[in-house]
Amino acid sequence: MITSIVSWTVVAGLLITSAGLLLYRDWRWGLGFLAGQYLGVFWLVYQHWPLGMAAAKLVTGWMAAASIGMTLLNLPDRPESDEKYWTQGRIFRIFMIGMAALLAIAVAPRLESVLPGIGIPVSMGGVLLVAMGLIQLGMTSQILRVILGLLTALSGFEILYAAMEGSILVAALLVVINLGLGLTGAYLLISSPEEPSA
Amino acid sequence: MNAPLIWIFFPFLVGAFSLLFISQERWAAIVSSVTALILTLAALVVPIDQALGFGSFSLKISSSFQILGRNLTLDSSHAPLLTILYGVAALWFIGAESVGVARRLSSMGLIMLSLLVASIAVQPFLFAALLIEISVLVAVPLLSPPDQTPSRGVLHFLIYQTLGMPFILIAGWLSAGVEASPGDLTLTIQSTLMLGLGFAFLLAVFPLYNWMPLLIEEGSPYIVGFLFWILPTVASIFGLSFLDRYGWLRGSPQVMAALRVAGLLMVVTGGLWSAFQRHIGRMLAFMSVAETGFILLALSLNPATGVPIVFLMLIPRGLGLAICALSLSVLNSHTGSLRFSSVQGLARAYPFVTAGLILSALSTAGFPLLAGFPPRLALWNSLGGGSLTDSFWFMVGILGLATGAIRALAVMVMAGENTSWVSQESWSQRAMLGGGILALFILGLFPQALSPILDKLPLMFQHLGH
Repeated sequence: MITSIVSWTVVAGLLITSAGLLLYRDWRWGLGFLAGQYLGVFWLVYQHWPLGMAAAKLVTGWMAAASIGMTLLNLPDRPESDEKYWTQGRIFRIFMIGMAALLAIAVAPRLESVLPGIGIPVSMGGVLLVAMGLIQLGMTSQILRVILGLLTALSGFEILYAAMEGSILVAALLVVINLGLGLTGAYLLISSPEEPSA
Repeated sequence: MNAPLIWIFFPFLVGAFSLLFISQERWAAIVSSVTALILTLAALVVPIDQALGFGSFSLKISSSFQILGRNLTLDSSHAPLLTILYGVAALWFIGAESVGVARRLSSMGLIMLSLLVASIAVQPFLFAALLIEISVLVAVPLLSPPDQTPSRGVLHFLIYQTLGMPFILIAGWLSAGVEASPGDLTLTIQSTLMLGLGFAFLLAVFPLYNWMPLLIEEGSPYIVGFLFWILPTVASIFGLSFLDRYGWLRGSPQVMAALRVAGLLMVVTGGLWSAFQRHIGRMLAFMSVAETGFILLALSLNPATGVPIVFLMLIPRGLGLAICALSLSVLNSHTGSLRFSSVQGLARAYPFVTAGLILSALSTAGFPLLAGFPPRLALWNSLGGGSLTDSFWFMVGILGLATGAIRALAVMVMAGENTSWVSQESWSQRAMLGGGILALFILGLFPQALSPILDKLPLMFQHLGH
């Protein structure tokens, strides 16, 4: 019962962090939301994987966020641009967040029938992050946002896939991919001095 | 000693060493090409899982390497594929020095290649998607050097290739369910859809190939050409593994029809876009799109016919792309742009480059006497036996590719009357392009020369190969 309550709270937390990633412009907030998101991912993955393997996801996610953060800290701050567009876009983004939440609510019970035992909070959290990540990817071509979108979508997939596959090799390769995405993002940000600060 | 250590870990370490410690273009090219050639030779002559006797000393190279509870397996049936992959990669590495990208391509190319070989070796084969994704991540710094602002093409490439992986992993899980309960239509549809989406992203199937022309417009044609060769080649082998593993996929007329439609769409769109381009770099991108379409079309045939055709395409594809990419890189380094307006009339200054470019494009179009002709002919013949409509659309694609090549030729020979023929290519560029062109003709005239390698390739697969 307590586990279930915690899981539902985590899903709500994932909605807040992923929505924050879409809505907040400052990269510091973005990385904070990403780090918080990995806490939720850890909990939902822990429902199917042993503590050690689930913790690896948390640590990797934080390392990816840290690598991007360290890079951005060492880059000069750039003025925010296109404020008007952003304000207009925010309403659309809130609408899209609502759609993603609705999609997760609609799809999660159906996933339970395909993957018996996955648990509705786990499937809802997974679908929500995949949807939010895809929305992020569809709305921007900024390097930081693309990387955050990919990490978010991948986190959602990992939550779902943890219920299907418990192989240590898969866990290790996914760790490499997450970390690789973080480092790739950091590399691209360094190579792109004119990139707006997200 | 075991095979994965030799063909996966050794090149990975050499690539990493080259990346960290070799700063000279020439040495980077030498180290990587010699490594690739040694591995090619080893794949040709060293038996796996058999004892090798040297006097009183004997050595056996085992096929498996255990890692985190799973196996990497390269047995004797993989040797022909290793020969092709490392052999063609050696050509790319040798050519890299003459266009000034050896340091980047040799080191990271070798790392990518070792990861992609690991994706072929990993058991269960499904995990290959993860290794392919890691090699995609390695490709990003290869495509976008530190002093260059990352292009939209690089971001699209990263996004599309990354999105393919989850679909394929989930499809693999669902496919096992379909195998267990073959009557479950819903599960079958879900699995097929997931698989289709995964491979559509991975192989850049229509309309998900917009990153390909973007990449080549903004990056080094040689490096992009290398990616156009290696990624679809390994992804096709991965696709064949799916067909081999799941009987319901092989036997599904709907899956075969979908492959046929996707393949025709790619051949036709690749051909038509190629015909109307005013940028010869983009032509290479669309040639590559059409090449992937040919592979999909071959996969849609009866496996006994289609699988040998897929393998027959591997070497001409690698060779043609290498020659075309080398030609484009030489041109790009001199003109700074690959637009028709920039390369107009350059045939007299770059005769080898022009010949390499046009002949490789014509080879892709299946022009007689060139390396691409035998597989195209076999494919067209097999398609024509089943459906005249498919055969007609195939012809449209081929004509588009040939038109693109002839337009490029027309633009490049459009020089003033008094322009003299003075080759401005370096000796190494002439030697490599000349050798490549000769190889295109040899493979076109004597395709049976490859049969000792190609005949054994299907043995990699349990069902498709027998």
